[in-house]
Amino acid sequence: MNRSSDLLLDCQGLTRHFGGLVALDGLDLQVREGEILGLIGPNGSGKTTMFNVVTGIYGAHGGRVEFDGNDLTNATAQQVYRSGIVRTFQRSRMCLELSVFDNIMVGNHRRLNHGLWFNLFKRGAFADQYKKNYAEAHELIEIFDPPLAERLDFPVDTFPMIDRRRIEICRALISHPKLLLLDEPSAGMTHDETMQLMDDILTVRKRLSGLTIIIIEHEMGVIERITDHCVVLNFGRKICEGTFKKVSTDSNVQEAYLGVE
Amino acid sequence: MSNKIASPSLPISLAVIALGTAFAILFLGAENEYLIGSLLVFVTLAVVASSKFNILNRMYATFAVHEVLMQAAIVVATLLLVAWFYDDHFSLLMITAAMVYAIAAIGLNIQFGYAGVLNFAGAAFLGIGCYTSAVLGQYTNLPSMLILCLGGLVAAVIGTILILPVLRTSGHYAALVTIAFSILFKTFLEVNDVLGGPQGLNVKPTVLFGWNFNTNIEIRDEFEASFYLCYALLALFLLALAFIFTRRLERSWIGLSMDSIRLDETASACYGLNIALWKSVAFTFGNFLIGVAGAMYGQMLGYVAPSNFTFGDSLILVSIVLLGGIGNPWGVITAASIVILLPEKFQIIQEYRFLLYGIVVIFILLYRPKGLLPRQLRNYLPGGMKA
Repeated sequence: MNRSSDLLLDCQGLTRHFGGLVALDGLDLQVREGEILGLIGPNGSGKTTMFNVVTGIYGAHGGRVEFDGNDLTNATAQQVYRSGIVRTFQRSRMCLELSVFDNIMVGNHRRLNHGLWFNLFKRGAFADQYKKNYAEAHELIEIFDPPLAERLDFPVDTFPMIDRRRIEICRALISHPKLLLLDEPSAGMTHDETMQLMDDILTVRKRLSGLTIIIIEHEMGVIERITDHCVVLNFGRKICEGTFKKVSTDSNVQEAYLGVE
Repeated sequence: MSNKIASPSLPISLAVIALGTAFAILFLGAENEYLIGSLLVFVTLAVVASSKFNILNRMYATFAVHEVLMQAAIVVATLLLVAWFYDDHFSLLMITAAMVYAIAAIGLNIQFGYAGVLNFAGAAFLGIGCYTSAVLGQYTNLPSMLILCLGGLVAAVIGTILILPVLRTSGHYAALVTIAFSILFKTFLEVNDVLGGPQGLNVKPTVLFGWNFNTNIEIRDEFEASFYLCYALLALFLLALAFIFTRRLERSWIGLSMDSIRLDETASACYGLNIALWKSVAFTFGNFLIGVAGAMYGQMLGYVAPSNFTFGDSLILVSIVLLGGIGNPWGVITAASIVILLPEKFQIIQEYRFLLYGIVVIFILLYRPKGLLPRQLRNYLPGGMKA
């Protein structure tokens, strides 16, 4: 299997500690363009820390991150976003009092004109840009849920969890990123809602050809259904890699999850 | 951001504005405390009654549809109010002071209401504007309008020395930095002889097109108007500019970025927002507006002294924003009128002013945390236009 030809994200020896605790311990992780990679492992195994280091929320204490041919080691969160990596959060982080449209536009930051002169004085041009983006947000969220698209002007705190997740994923996708990091999208939702959301994600992915996804998930049904490839972490190290079928029968993985008899 | 469904009604909204103007005229013209007391009871009943009939939400709805018309109606109402008291020094001074504080509070609202940057040194920046006005008036021959702008610029520039400590700290600590600055500023003025020490300085009046604002307006012998009339009109003009500025800022991607940073810094950073940049921009814009307000205030009062710009005065500015509704310029203007006019007319409470403000802030935070006029969802395009 040739895994180096179309590498999108390449992490080599990624290390991060918090005081004496080693959260990431020389982690190697490769993601190919267009694949869906499942990142699994017991609680505290370093999955979210890996997202935080890649997206620039935490600095790395060792190792390298290369994305799409550029070195993103210790890049700021802003640089990471501009290079085309977006994420969702385990505890959905939305601006609850702002409207759905506002929240989606936060994700569109790199494609909006933030010039002072443009925003304050060229109101005609601003109105055009606003209308264009409104239509675009409408179109994107319609793929997820048509009724939701008619409620772009409602505050996010009036929506149930599944809609908030949809909005959060739209916020991530509106700027046409190359890599989407999903941090436990099923958290706070029922089994049926989770499956519905996964269908939505697969539909959107078909429309946005070439979108690569890394997903952290505890629901193995989800992992089995949507991932092409899985990486299992434990104590900040990669203990197994392969298709879901392969990793689920691996003795190391079973030991990490269930302990040794 | 309340979002109750209410149908717009232009007649009701215009009637409320007309009633409000009539009430302001009665209130400002009232001479004895009993009349004022009964007016206050009346307005309380009126507010209770209007909440029963959902008047506030209907007005919000009307604003959303007939925005320009409603704004024009309020400007006309203010002009009527000013015209009514054309020869009454005291009332005009009060109205103008309320408008000056409204400009400053709009500045504070950009910092605090949009970007979430706490500033407990509002009075210090107001003072910087005042002192700039005094010094430039004394030593230069610059036109008054330029001095107003420079008052804002100097406040904004001096504010930049606070940006670094404010950005590197967060929450309560950032507030402490500004409190420290406010106290330092007053102490500096008191010990500094060049700026007049505790006695302060005289400020030259505003001059526009050769007209000195400190002269009464007389037409032959029949008509005489207070010189404060000019200041009131100037304040209204500046307030309108500040309002348009803050509205455009709010209704732009910049306003959205500021809101996002206030609500969630980590998520904002993950979507490329430059947190330090937008906080600094909000802080600088806010200080500019406060400085302009201060420069104008100084020219109107004619003198400036350190005791006008204490930490207590900064708290008044903050309480205006809290009372009015964080993020809503209309709320801020309403609250500025209440906070400035009420103690002046109701002399019994003058002594207990700060006590009263304290109680008001506690009640607002407990029972109406979004203020008297809560902020609405952002409309990117003015009234009624749809994408």
